[in-house]
Amino acid sequence: MFEALTDRLQGIAKRLTGQGKLTPENIRESLRDVRRALLEADVEVAVARDLVARVEARAVGDEVLRSLTPGQQVVGIVREELESLLGHAPVTLAGSPHVPTVVLLAGLQGSGKTTFAGKLARWLGGRDKRVMLASADVHRPAAIDQLARLAGMAEAGFWRAPEGAAPEAIAGGALDEARRRGFDFLVLDSAGRLQIDEPMMAELETLRRASRAHQVLLVMDGMTGQEAVRVGRAFAGRVGVDGLVLTKMDGDARGGAALSLRQATGKPILFLGVGEKLDGLEAFDAARIAGRILGMGDIVGLVEKARAAVDEQQARRLVERARKSEFTLEDFLGQLQQVRKMGPLDELMKLMPGVPRQALAGAVPDEGKLRRYEAILLSMTPRERRLPRVIDGSRRRRIAAGSGTTVTEVNRLLKDYDQARALMKQMRHGPRGLASLRGRMR
Amino acid sequence: MSLLDRFRSGLQRTRERMEQTLGAALGRRGAIDEATRAALEEALLAADAGPAAAERLMDEAERRMRADPALDLRHALERGVAQLMGATRARFTPGAERPWVALLVGVNGVGKTTLAGKLAAGFARDGRSTLLVAADTFRAAATEQLEVWASRAGVELVRARDGADPAAVVHDGLSAALARGHEVVLVDTAGRLHTKRNLMAELEKVGRVCARLVPGSPHHVLLVLDATLGQNGLQQAREFQRATPITSLAITKLDGTARGGAVLAIADQLKLPVSVVGLGEGLDDWQPFDPEAFARGLFE
Ligand SMILES: Nc1nc2c(ncn2[C@@H]2O[C@H](COP(=O)(O)OP(=O)(O)OP(=O)(O)O)[C@@H](O)[C@H]2O)c(=O)[nH]1
Ligand SMILES: [Mg+2]
Repeated sequence: MFEALTDRLQGIAKRLTGQGKLTPENIRESLRDVRRALLEADVEVAVARDLVARVEARAVGDEVLRSLTPGQQVVGIVREELESLLGHAPVTLAGSPHVPTVVLLAGLQGSGKTTFAGKLARWLGGRDKRVMLASADVHRPAAIDQLARLAGMAEAGFWRAPEGAAPEAIAGGALDEARRRGFDFLVLDSAGRLQIDEPMMAELETLRRASRAHQVLLVMDGMTGQEAVRVGRAFAGRVGVDGLVLTKMDGDARGGAALSLRQATGKPILFLGVGEKLDGLEAFDAARIAGRILGMGDIVGLVEKARAAVDEQQARRLVERARKSEFTLEDFLGQLQQVRKMGPLDELMKLMPGVPRQALAGAVPDEGKLRRYEAILLSMTPRERRLPRVIDGSRRRRIAAGSGTTVTEVNRLLKDYDQARALMKQMRHGPRGLASLRGRMR
Repeated sequence: MSLLDRFRSGLQRTRERMEQTLGAALGRRGAIDEATRAALEEALLAADAGPAAAERLMDEAERRMRADPALDLRHALERGVAQLMGATRARFTPGAERPWVALLVGVNGVGKTTLAGKLAAGFARDGRSTLLVAADTFRAAATEQLEVWASRAGVELVRARDGADPAAVVHDGLSAALARGHEVVLVDTAGRLHTKRNLMAELEKVGRVCARLVPGSPHHVLLVLDATLGQNGLQQAREFQRATPITSLAITKLDGTARGGAVLAIADQLKLPVSVVGLGEGLDDWQPFDPEAFARGLFE
C-alpha cells in the first residue's frame, strides 16, 4: 500500500532473512536505500552520509548478524539513530525566574515567524500565562499589522511602538512595557533575514541584547531542503539559538530539515507548526518525525484521524493488536469496513507524507475495490481470517469463486494485508496525547 | 561528549572532505571514476536536485564527456543543466489580450505578494496600465501588505474585506479592469499548502471566475517557489498544476545561498519552464530567468 521506504525495507528484510545468513555486504546494499530515503526527505547530504555510516557500524555487529530477524533489526537501528539525533526527551519552552520571559523569534523570510508568534501566544495563554506580543519587523510591509491582528485573535497583549521607531528601540520599549504591565512572557517577532545579510544579522544581535531575550527560537520552514544546515549554523553561530521550530508541517513534506537543523545547532526542536490557524501548533515528537523522514508516514496522525472518524474503542484495540503483532485478517476486515465508513480515502492518504501522488492514484482503493475486498474477506472462514497462513491454492480458488472475484484479486488482498501488517509492526509507538486534528484542517 | 556533539564534529570532517573531493573532481576530464561520480552526486544533491534528477544529470554529463574529451566535468554538468532548464522557455510578459490576466500562486511565505509588487512595478514602468488584485483574504494584513506594494509600484489595487470569498474579489477586480480598460491584471492569491483539498478547490474556482469574465484567462499562472525549497517541490508543482494549469515557475530568494535546485526535478518531470527569479526585497530585485546563469550558479 505504501510505496515509500516501508516497502523497500520490508523487501530488504525479507531478502536478508531469506538468505538466512547476513553479510556486511548485503547490509551495506540495503543501507543505500536508507540513504536515498533520507535524501528524498531533505536530510542534508553529509548528515545522511554520516547517519548511514553509524547505522552500518552498528548493524554489522554481532547482535544483528546473529539475529533471526536481521532486516527488522536494521530498520530498528535506523529508527533508533534517527530518534536519538532528533532528541528523545520532550522539551518545552522554559520560563525564566525573572518575568517577563523574553522569547525572540528569528529566521529567514517567509518561514512563518509571525504566525508562530500568534500560535505561541495562544499556547502559553492556554497554560495560564499572560503574554505580550511585539513586532520589530519594520522591513516587511504590514508585518506589524499582521501581528497586531494575530494578538487580537490569540487574546494576548500587544504593544505597538511609535511610528518610525528603530528595531532596537522597539525591543527595549517592548521589554519595558511588558515589565510595567506585568506580563509573564514577551514574544518578540523580528523581520525575516538571510543569514548572509551582515547588517541584518547585526540587527538581530542588537535585538537580542536590547530585549534581553532568554530564548531565541529559530523558525524554519519544514519544506526547506539542503539549505537548512547553512542557515542553522549561521544563526546559531552569529546570534545564538536556544530552540527550533519547524513550520508548515501540515503538508506532505517529509521534514528532513529537522535532522539537519538539529545537528547544525545542537538545540532541541520545540514545536511543529501544523496549520494556518492559531491552534495549529504541536509539541515536537521525535518518533513521529523519524517515521515521517523515513517515509513511513505519520502513522500517529493517521490513527488520530481514524479515531476522530470512527469508533474510538475499536481504533484503540486495533493499535493495541498491531503493537502486539496480532493483526489478523479479521482485523483487516474490520479496518476495511471502518475505512468505508470513514469517507474520502485520498484525504486520509495525504497524511502519509512521501507517498507520491501518482502512486496514490492507483494505490487508493476505490469503492469498488473495497467492496470486492470485503466480499473476499467475507467468503473466508473465520479460521482462515484468524490464521491466514492456512490459505493455500485450493482455498484461494474457493474464496475467489465464493466472492465472485478472481484468484489474482485474492492474492492481491493477501499481499496488501501482509504489507499492512508489516507496516503496523513498525508502529512501536501508539497515539499519545496530541493536539486534536482540527489544527490540520483550517 | 554527547552523541549529538560527536555526530556534529564527525560531520564537519565529512563536509570538508566532500568539498575537497568536489573541488578536484569538477576540473576532471575524460572517464569518470567511482569517487568522482560520488563527489558529483553530492554536489547535485547539495543543490537540492534530489536523487533522481541528480542521477539523470550525472549520466548526461558522462555522455557529454565521452563525446568531447576536452570537456571538463563542471562544464559538462552546466551544459546538461542549462539544456534541461532551457528546453522549454517562458517569459512573464503580457500578450495582446485585454486585459491580460495573471495569477500568482504557491505555498505560504514563498514571496508571491512581493513578486506581484515587483512585476506590477515593472509593467507600470513600461507604460502598461496595471491593476493588482488582493485575493488573499485569509492571512492577517495580507491586503495591507499588497497595498503598500501597489503604492510603491504606482498602480491601482482592488481589495475586499478580510474573510471575503477570494473568487468574489477576483470577480470585482476583473470587472474593474474591464470597465477601466486596464491592460494587465495581476492577482495575488493566498498562500496554500497543495495538500489542502478545500484550498485547492478555492483556487480552481478563482480560475473559473477569471475564465467567465475574461474568456481565455488566466493567461498566465505563475507558481512561485522559494529557492530554499527541497524535495517537496515536485509534489507542489503537481498539485497546483492540477488545480490551475501552471504556465511557468518563479524562483524567489535567489539572493541567498540556496540555489533553487528543486526546479531541476520539476523541469525534468513536468517540463515546466522558469520565467522569473526574485533577488531581494526591493522593487527592482528580480530578473527574467536565464538557464545558463542558473546552471553556473548551481556549482558555485
Ligand atoms: N531575500 C529575499 N526575500 C524575499 C524575496 N521575495 C520575497 N521575500 C521576502 O519573503 C517574505 C515573504 O514574502 P511574501 O511576498 O509576503 O510571501 P507570500 O508568498 O505572499 O506569503 P503569504 O501570502 O503569507 O503566503 C517577505 O519578508 C519578503 O520580503 C526575495 O527574492 N529575496
Ligand atoms: Mg502574500
